[in-house]
Amino acid sequence: MADTLLSLSGLTKAYPGVVANDDVSFDIREGEIHALLGENGAGKSTLVKMIYGLVKPDKGAMVFRGAPYAPAEPRAARASGVAMVFQHFSLFDALDVAENVALGMENPPPARDLAQQIREVSETYGLPLDPSRTVGTLSAGERQRVEIIRCLLQDPKLLIMDEPTSVLTPQEVEILFETLRKLKSEGTAILYISHKLEEIRSLCDHATVLRLGKNVGTCTPSETTARAMAEMMIGSTFATPAAKATTPGDVLLRVDNLTMPAPGSFGTPLRSISFELRAGEVLGFGGVAGNGQDELLLALSGERLAEKGTIWVKGADVSRDGPTARRAAGCLTAPEERLGHAAAPNMSLTENVILTAGRRENLVNNGFINWGRADQFAADVIKRFDVRTPGTHVAARALSGGNLQKFVIGREVAQNPDVLVVNQPTWGVDAAAAAAIRQALLDLAEKGAAILVVSQDLDELMEIADRFGALNEGRLSALKPVKDLDLEEIGLMMGGAHDMEVAHVAE
Amino acid sequence: MDLSNINPILLVASIMISATPILLAAIGEMVVEKSGVLNLGVEGMMITGAVIGFVVAINTGSPVFGFAIAAVAGAVISLSFGVLTQIFLSNQVATGLGLTLVGLGLSSLIGKPYEGMKTETLPKLDIPILGDLPVVGQMLFSHDIMVYLSLLLVLAVWAFLKYTRFGLILRAVGESHDSAHALGYKVIRVRMAAIMFGGACAGLGGAYLSLVRVPQWTEGMTAGAGWIALAIVVFASWRAGRVLVGAYLFGGITVLQLNLQAAGMTWGVQYLSMSPYVITILVLVLISSNRKKGSHNAPANLGQTFHATR
Repeated sequence: MADTLLSLSGLTKAYPGVVANDDVSFDIREGEIHALLGENGAGKSTLVKMIYGLVKPDKGAMVFRGAPYAPAEPRAARASGVAMVFQHFSLFDALDVAENVALGMENPPPARDLAQQIREVSETYGLPLDPSRTVGTLSAGERQRVEIIRCLLQDPKLLIMDEPTSVLTPQEVEILFETLRKLKSEGTAILYISHKLEEIRSLCDHATVLRLGKNVGTCTPSETTARAMAEMMIGSTFATPAAKATTPGDVLLRVDNLTMPAPGSFGTPLRSISFELRAGEVLGFGGVAGNGQDELLLALSGERLAEKGTIWVKGADVSRDGPTARRAAGCLTAPEERLGHAAAPNMSLTENVILTAGRRENLVNNGFINWGRADQFAADVIKRFDVRTPGTHVAARALSGGNLQKFVIGREVAQNPDVLVVNQPTWGVDAAAAAAIRQALLDLAEKGAAILVVSQDLDELMEIADRFGALNEGRLSALKPVKDLDLEEIGLMMGGAHDMEVAHVAE
Repeated sequence: MDLSNINPILLVASIMISATPILLAAIGEMVVEKSGVLNLGVEGMMITGAVIGFVVAINTGSPVFGFAIAAVAGAVISLSFGVLTQIFLSNQVATGLGLTLVGLGLSSLIGKPYEGMKTETLPKLDIPILGDLPVVGQMLFSHDIMVYLSLLLVLAVWAFLKYTRFGLILRAVGESHDSAHALGYKVIRVRMAAIMFGGACAGLGGAYLSLVRVPQWTEGMTAGAGWIALAIVVFASWRAGRVLVGAYLFGGITVLQLNLQAAGMTWGVQYLSMSPYVITILVLVLISSNRKKGSHNAPANLGQTFHATR
């Protein structure tokens, strides 16, 4: 078991202006789950792309199962027994599951045999999947299953997983971990990239930490605290967000019996949701994805108009106002989907700040854009929230996920809203940046803003929210103070959301 | 008006002749678009094929050779589109329109000395038994080989896209070039091949006009056939079977309205002349809107420039 499967030595890869990997060396043993840790932009993705043959290293060598290994293309990597599950899925929406699987294989069997194999493997590993479904209709968790099964059918020796859990519900995470442990017991090594430290502690045997493209150390996650690993990642200590005691003030956001039909065949209807949010308060809504989170955000942002008299901001009925009017009234929102919803992918960061902050920050005068001010505001957001980017002229899509997340949340926070509604504020963001975002939300609350955080990360809600409510099939549970809750109780609040407790036993 | 002047047997026979060039161009363009490339230069590639095929046939006396070289010429001129859009990442719409203009100009330059000449045409096949059937034999089984090749080509393209691995890869590239690239497929190479196939098909279609249907060379003789082929691909929802329906419908109504005019119908000649365009598009719109979700199955990356980052 202790034999070395893949040995990396001195891997270096530079892109114009940035050294993505600088002399990285480490070994992956057979049959182990090896974590690759690092902040956003630490070079994790580049490193695995070199192992998978998508990128050629400038320097350095790899040895795989005792033989020199330098895949020229992914095909060669797959042939050697290396398979990869991508962070941004490499799937084709309009094709069905079997076709998607076939595209990831070197010599796929005829269609009927392949469908049979998919069924077999998916049952063996507890990943139910119908080979004839069109991929576009699948949930995030099911799409990932397609990717995993595509890899498993090739009987890989090394499975690379790039942030596999960032889009999964807690139940799906638990199912995935079961699968990975089963694979490990069968002798498959797994290179697991993540910055969810608790996951790594419960799953991985060893961890290699990258910082700014360099290997800064290896540890045994089960014997190291999450905090110690996080500090290795960022190279310094960071402050845990500290909530300050504030007494809730006036009601800033009141939602009164909000009911809405589902926005399309795949959505969830909202069913008589009522709550009050006061100045200085942070309210957390948890729940498994797809239970009305997105729909609630659409209703609160004004993208879908609610019935008259259901949404009140600072005592005024805004139910029939669109997003611009609600922004003017002081109610800002940051949706979950960063690219395409929160930010326009091909527009520069400056242009993206104008889109939401144009009015509030006076970036637009009489219909003319004040580019100087807009640029200044974008630069302020970048500086204040430590967004790693060459400048404000960069297109939003060029930022890594975590950096863009910092930018879109920072853009709203910097406008000093009265009410801020955020959905999954730290999705795909590393520990230090997540702490910074949470701290910014808490600081904002301290200044008297009312904040609603919708998140699937229960730990995050426990950390920053004053009161907690669960969304389940479009209904909101009773709201309870967080300090009186434990995880078991939250599981019950999510009612009907199965196995919630199981999913958190690992902690 | 004397409808008895219209011979139904000859009518059906000439419908097949009239539909073939559009069918050839459309099925080629469908493959190109399935790979995610929007080549608006069909008209230009067709007319290039028409003039080259005609010139070669005149000079060699062999229309078959003319067709072959026309296909090569279509592929070569489409290659210029491919190089510009796939390697130099130029805008596909603008480049396609440019290709049309180049094709029209180049063809009139090359074809000038050949105006008014007559060429050999493809012989009608003499199919035993089938060709001797009464009525049906003359309608369907006494055409030249290109008519049947074009029908075979539709079948082949359908089977290629549906059943073969390369067909799957081609569709995958059109669906998501980033995903295909991540899996290690050569996006640009696949698209280049598709573009050249589309060019060759358009070239054959053009040559059919100048070598069989007319058969002589006149400037601008494609007269919008390339644009109709493009429209048919879209309204046929990128399905080979519907492309066939669209092409035959258009060809059919074109011939029918010409026959009506010839039969002495004097009322609304303009309406008759526009009817093939209007009816073809209406029918295909109805076919594609009649179904639930998924009927608009345009390749997701159609017309988008692919550039491999990292």
